Amino acid sequence: MLQIKDLTVEVNGKEILRDLTLNIESGEVHVLFGPNGCGKTTLLMTILGYPGYKVKKGCIIFKEIDITHLPTNERVKLGMGMSFQHPPEIRGVKLGDMVKITLGKEKREVDKEVIALARRLNISTDFLSRDVNLGFSGGEVKKSEILQILAQSPEFIMFDEPDSGVDIENIELIGKIISELLDRNKMPSKRDRAGLVITHSGSIMQHLKADRAHVMIDGQMACSGMPYEITKNIMKNGFEKCVESCKN
Amino acid sequence: MNDNTFSDEDIVIEKYTTGKEHKPLKSLDKFPEEYRDDILDAGIEPMGKNRAGSFLQQDDSVIYSNAEDKSLEIMGTADALKKYDWLKDYLWKMVKPDMDKYTADVESEHGQGYFIRSKAGSKVTVPAQACLFITSDNVRQNVHNIVIAEENSELHIIAGCSVSHTVNSALHLGVSEFYVKKGAKITFTMIHNWSKGMEVRPRTAVVVEDDAVFIDNYILMTPVKSLQTYPTAYCVGKNARATFQSIVYATGNTKVDMGARAVLQGNNSRAEILSRAIATDHAKIISRSDIIGKGANAKGHIECTGLLLSDDAEVDSIPELKAMCKDLELSHEAAVGKIAEEEIQYLMARGLSKEEATSLIIRGFLNVDITGLPDVLANDIKKMLDMCLEKVV
Repeated sequence: MLQIKDLTVEVNGKEILRDLTLNIESGEVHVLFGPNGCGKTTLLMTILGYPGYKVKKGCIIFKEIDITHLPTNERVKLGMGMSFQHPPEIRGVKLGDMVKITLGKEKREVDKEVIALARRLNISTDFLSRDVNLGFSGGEVKKSEILQILAQSPEFIMFDEPDSGVDIENIELIGKIISELLDRNKMPSKRDRAGLVITHSGSIMQHLKADRAHVMIDGQMACSGMPYEITKNIMKNGFEKCVESCKN
Repeated sequence: MNDNTFSDEDIVIEKYTTGKEHKPLKSLDKFPEEYRDDILDAGIEPMGKNRAGSFLQQDDSVIYSNAEDKSLEIMGTADALKKYDWLKDYLWKMVKPDMDKYTADVESEHGQGYFIRSKAGSKVTVPAQACLFITSDNVRQNVHNIVIAEENSELHIIAGCSVSHTVNSALHLGVSEFYVKKGAKITFTMIHNWSKGMEVRPRTAVVVEDDAVFIDNYILMTPVKSLQTYPTAYCVGKNARATFQSIVYATGNTKVDMGARAVLQGNNSRAEILSRAIATDHAKIISRSDIIGKGANAKGHIECTGLLLSDDAEVDSIPELKAMCKDLELSHEAAVGKIAEEEIQYLMARGLSKEEATSLIIRGFLNVDITGLPDVLANDIKKMLDMCLEKVV
């Protein structure tokens, strides 16, 4: 579904990603680990085509189309979506409006659908009428992001720390919904969707049962392997030692 | 009472002639078809549907005035002055003829304008409508409006000022005096639907007595050559409240110097001034707001934000607070800037094109929840705002 080849990316003139290669097949979920500032979010923003992220080298192929230079909305139309870590506040635009936009349908009968989706995430109708992200708590931001993704239902979904700031009760719920969104409750042969997830939470990992994990250091994939093994190694030895043992 | 604080754009008043006479209409369905859209765009319901009464003035002639609801009186100011001897005590009480040359001209060349009054204790939740429109070229429309809500009454007004699409240039000079008596409430929602050759100078003052409420909503979305307005509410009574909310979208070469001022004299009096100003093309907006606190425990808040959509446009935001008593709470927030790129990108990440995203952000910016209105009127105003927005974004 997604092939990234030798990708080098600059942000404000500074090289953040270096010769990065990554392949995600349909039905697969990959998890991205790495210390703060290693370039995880940069990779996601580059895949999504944010203008501040300049591709200096390499390419991004999505569903066999070279999307390296497509604007964000064109990529989204092809079937990708993103749950942001720190989305901006937009005054006067309600969360309910955002959900309607992502549903991408004519206005008729949409209200019911929005409310039904919101109910799955225990989101009240009052919350839907608030300005998007304005004064939301950390947990509310994540729920709002996942609600929008739920409405959009893309084939390839990126989650940038969907768990940070979320309380224990809701982390369970979010884990469950993300797993459903990524077809994890289906038999492996029936899974069509794919995902790339940045997370630090064991709980989300348990729900996801990801196929592959990567450790990113200084803008490169330093080590890849089975999520369970990698997580255990990082917990025990830290990122750098984990990478060293990978090399051996 | 000194309102001569405008950055004055000098208008040669004599260049404009006093207007043509027009015959009164027997009923609203006789209203000329050709102007129907022009007044619709100013929020006026041409058939008077769902309105407690209507007042229509074309150039200098009152062509229709009728109160459906008998708790209200609606008529031309000149007729009202003939009918009520006491009314002269309300005329030029809050706005002085010598304030500037425009008020002086309204005094010497007085034309019409409306008189609207709600009877003591009456509560009419359906709005009355008043329409001042110009259909003759080069006309000077002078009006003097008097609005009185007697004690414990409730009065809602939709005022539409409009100009026919056939008029190239004209001048509108409007003096308005509002009296909100003890325990009364007035909401006044005004849509200005001018055109690029119009010069406009409204001069407005409001008196708010004990436990009374005045809410002013102002919408301007069409171009205008130059407009200058700075209504002042004097909250003289205890618990008096005044709210001004304005939404302005300035295009072309529009020049707008607008604002609102509240003088909090009464104990526990309150004022809120909220404005949203967007300037694009070569438009220039000066957005003023001023709260003066004198009474004990008075509270005032200003929120003015401006959005710039072009490098050739300009928004000056000038909030002012003046405290003249120690037990006061006065505050303001002001922000002027362009649309954040991050917000556009976020909406694009939800599938919108750049243009769609920009338009949604602008609509959101202008999407002010207008408070204090009955539900039906609030819905009506929302529709009017949507209608105005439809044309610009």
